[in-house]
Amino acid sequence: MRLVVNPIACDAFGYCAELAPELIHLDEWGYPVINREVTRGLIPLAQEVISACPRRALSLRDD
Amino acid sequence: MTMITAPTFPRLFAGIEDGPSYQAHLGRFGDRPSLLGRKSEGLQKLHQLLDDAPLIGRGGGGIASSLKLAFLATSSKPIIVINAMEGEPASSKGVALAMVAPHLVLDGAIILAEALKSTQIIIAIADDDTRTTKGFQRAIGERREAVTLEISHPPAHYVTGEESALAHWLSEGSALPTFRPVKPSFVKIGRRAALVHNLETLAHLALLARFGAGWYRAKGTSQSPGTTLITVSGAVRSPSTYEWTYGRTLADLLDEAGGLTEGFGGALFGGYGGTWVGADALSLPLDHESLRAAGATLGPGIVIVLPKHSCPVAELTRVVEWMANESVGQCGPCVYGLPALAKDLRTLGWSRSTKMQFERLLAHLIEVDGRGACRHPDGVVRLIRSSLAVFSRHFDDHLRSGPCAAVNAPTVMTLPKNRRR
Repeated sequence: MRLVVNPIACDAFGYCAELAPELIHLDEWGYPVINREVTRGLIPLAQEVISACPRRALSLRDD
Repeated sequence: MTMITAPTFPRLFAGIEDGPSYQAHLGRFGDRPSLLGRKSEGLQKLHQLLDDAPLIGRGGGGIASSLKLAFLATSSKPIIVINAMEGEPASSKGVALAMVAPHLVLDGAIILAEALKSTQIIIAIADDDTRTTKGFQRAIGERREAVTLEISHPPAHYVTGEESALAHWLSEGSALPTFRPVKPSFVKIGRRAALVHNLETLAHLALLARFGAGWYRAKGTSQSPGTTLITVSGAVRSPSTYEWTYGRTLADLLDEAGGLTEGFGGALFGGYGGTWVGADALSLPLDHESLRAAGATLGPGIVIVLPKHSCPVAELTRVVEWMANESVGQCGPCVYGLPALAKDLRTLGWSRSTKMQFERLLAHLIEVDGRGACRHPDGVVRLIRSSLAVFSRHFDDHLRSGPCAAVNAPTVMTLPKNRRR
């Protein structure tokens, strides 16, 4: 599974990187960059991050 | 009645001497063959034809037309969109087709519409492109068709020709790309599926449907059959749009374009989101497979020749600045990243860059790559990376000794005024 950022929706709140630094870091302008694949054990964290996003810009994709 | 013979070469421009009238078109190419059939018969015939050729789209994505059709399979009666947006400043094939062969374009769209039982065709032409508009208005006025043919005028911006931006405009009047995490996917206009094709692709379809896949394949290479339109500009004597047989080299094309005005300094393939190739470019056969091997594509059919004595850093900087201003402002990495890249390059070009500043440019490239909803930022990254590779010596000189003598020379690359949105 992988986390996908909708870059149109994202407004650089940055909560995602704060909550899950192992999955996401921020670029120099504060926009999220995905670090790695979401392995089974990280799915709950990814889901937490998804629901914490005020812009609903994150989703989990299986492809 | 005169006999109709299939054109050998040129194909799309076969009627260039007779003018663009419908009568001349019918006289030269004959009536449009119909793929109408009971139930899905027409669609099957169309599929077969596109597959046998195969017809590869001329919009720049290099997508097989049969694939686009396959994605639509479940949605009936799509709206057919003729993409004549020509957002690339260095392309003029849209106006060339409007002046020479508008009826081939319309035929191709109508053949698709009939096979798919569609009732509506929209031609999207940028709102400032009066010549292309006039050509198609006149052509539409000459015909009586069962399908509706209408012209729509999206705002002239670099990104508006992107498929999702175009569909967005036609649905809601907002010419912004939409986020499509799964590609390729089909786009919608309102609640109806839309099939968007570059106007040149449709012109080829008009001939393919008439003369068959065997005829279509008689020119070009096995992997890139047929001919294609290429607009050549820069250091050539006769910049224009040429119909070109896939597989013939760039050197031949430059001869066709009147020859070089001065020494060859490199070629940009595919437009402002394209790829630079150095001296090797001259012997490169212009077809999908050879360009792919060189890391490039023809895009919508664009070659820009850089003269030997120009400054590639300066040319690149101005294009990147222009592209940054063409961002539609939806995605952070594009909004902030492209101006940052432009600034890095400006420093490198016109003042004394430190090694650290140069490394920042490289870091910015990584940060921007692949992070927009559309491919606009990726194109800029590709342009810069290929420029760094091809002109590495010139970049090194700038790093070592500051601005070169040619940095303020007049621009080779066309830079239209960026329009406010």
